[in-house]
Amino acid sequence: MNTTLLVFRRELAAYFSTPIAAVFLVVFLAGVAGMTFFVANFFDRGQADLSAFFLWHPWLFLVLMPAIGMRLWAEERRSGTIELIMTLPVSPWSLVVGKWLAAWVFAGLALVLTMPLWVTVNYLGSPDNGVILMSYVGSWLLAGAYLAIATCMSALTKNQILAFIGAVVVNFLFVMAGFDLVLAAVRPWAPNVIIEAIASLSFIGHFQRIAEGVLEIPALIFFISLIFFALWLNVRILEVRKAA
Amino acid sequence: MALVETRALVKRFGAFTAVDGISFAVNRGEVVGFLGPNGAGKSTTMKLIAGFLEPTSGSAAIGGHDSQTDAIAARRQLGYLPEGAPLYPDMTVSDFLEFVAAMRGMTGAKARDRLAELVERIELAEVWDRRIEALSKGFKRRVGIAQALVHDPDVLILDEPTDGLDPNQKHEVRELIHSIAANKAIIISTHILEEVEAVCTRAIIIARGKMLSDSTPEELMSRTAATDAQGKPRSGSVRLEEVFRDITHPKKLETAGA
Repeated sequence: MNTTLLVFRRELAAYFSTPIAAVFLVVFLAGVAGMTFFVANFFDRGQADLSAFFLWHPWLFLVLMPAIGMRLWAEERRSGTIELIMTLPVSPWSLVVGKWLAAWVFAGLALVLTMPLWVTVNYLGSPDNGVILMSYVGSWLLAGAYLAIATCMSALTKNQILAFIGAVVVNFLFVMAGFDLVLAAVRPWAPNVIIEAIASLSFIGHFQRIAEGVLEIPALIFFISLIFFALWLNVRILEVRKAA
Repeated sequence: MALVETRALVKRFGAFTAVDGISFAVNRGEVVGFLGPNGAGKSTTMKLIAGFLEPTSGSAAIGGHDSQTDAIAARRQLGYLPEGAPLYPDMTVSDFLEFVAAMRGMTGAKARDRLAELVERIELAEVWDRRIEALSKGFKRRVGIAQALVHDPDVLILDEPTDGLDPNQKHEVRELIHSIAANKAIIISTHILEEVEAVCTRAIIIARGKMLSDSTPEELMSRTAATDAQGKPRSGSVRLEEVFRDITHPKKLETAGA
């Protein structure tokens, strides 16, 4: 079997070999339900759509995705197993991609478990299911981007808490890139091109365009290339740490 | 051609030099014991040969393949037990060894036959379906050794293979090393001098990152008296210990370095 798939299978099994998976799924579903029903007032809106549900994903994922990704490398560094896996005759790419893929599929499973909501809106009214499907795709890609950054941070340290905090901070910057909080810091001195470039990195902007239901090719490309870049950086971090 | 070769291997961590110009070669049939005080650079040297760390300068090769520039080919020929025998605690012994075999490209009947052979040889049958975290230290170490032997490699690097084992288990591991030594190049690190006498054909003494001695255990022993003050014959490990202390004594090192 392909070594990437072997790593993927091992890592996915590792999530389920401890109560962590169950705890995470419960927290995720409770968080999603809480946001949708109590913060976004799903029922009071009187609309048969799921925008109240997807609206909060960038914020919920901001904390939850680093929690899934933090262990991927930090745990191996702590226990020393990194030495085992890095001296197997395989490319670091298969390790990096396999690990990320396991976390991403796990996040996808968490999303699948929210589908009763989808069934509910179809029962209550007639939503645009195409929009909802695209929103799910966008949400999963967003999760993938958060996770790719979290995996990267995890490769920097043997401390899972540090990996978690680092991932939340970097992800937060990407979320806020389109907001004044970040833009105000560069506006006084940077030319317009740079300000626009930074604003265009915003996770929320891209996610919302996908969640509106338009098949936003640039937004899809944005997430896919960001994931690819973060995974490449992850491989580089592993190589650089060998020389450190 | 030597199966393992290091050329002027140097590894610095910041201002600290962990490995300082180590060169040696190991041929098929040799069992080399790395001896030295804690922090001497034994494990770092092994990590450099395995390619887990990149040398600051110099190079290491396995079967003629550079550990860095031709890493995958080098690692195919290497079985490596890292320091402390790290394993995935959440996996069962069978899942773990099957994972390692598959990662090394062994599948189907070939993997099954080899694992069955190892289970018998390393006596893992009774823990085969147990999770690694639930194993005793001795079994964990044996799983670590099994993991290094899965693909029957030409080169074995074992960092303290008998650390934490009881005397019977130590004996078994030494027997195992002995039985496979003829057609492999093996490097083990140890603090236990009787181990050197028991399994090694060659002993390399390292302290402060430098190679201080490279000879057979017999040659080492011949540097000290075969009898004690009362004229009684002394055992090999007692004699080795004396030579070891003599070579690696801090005071002696300072004068050597000056």
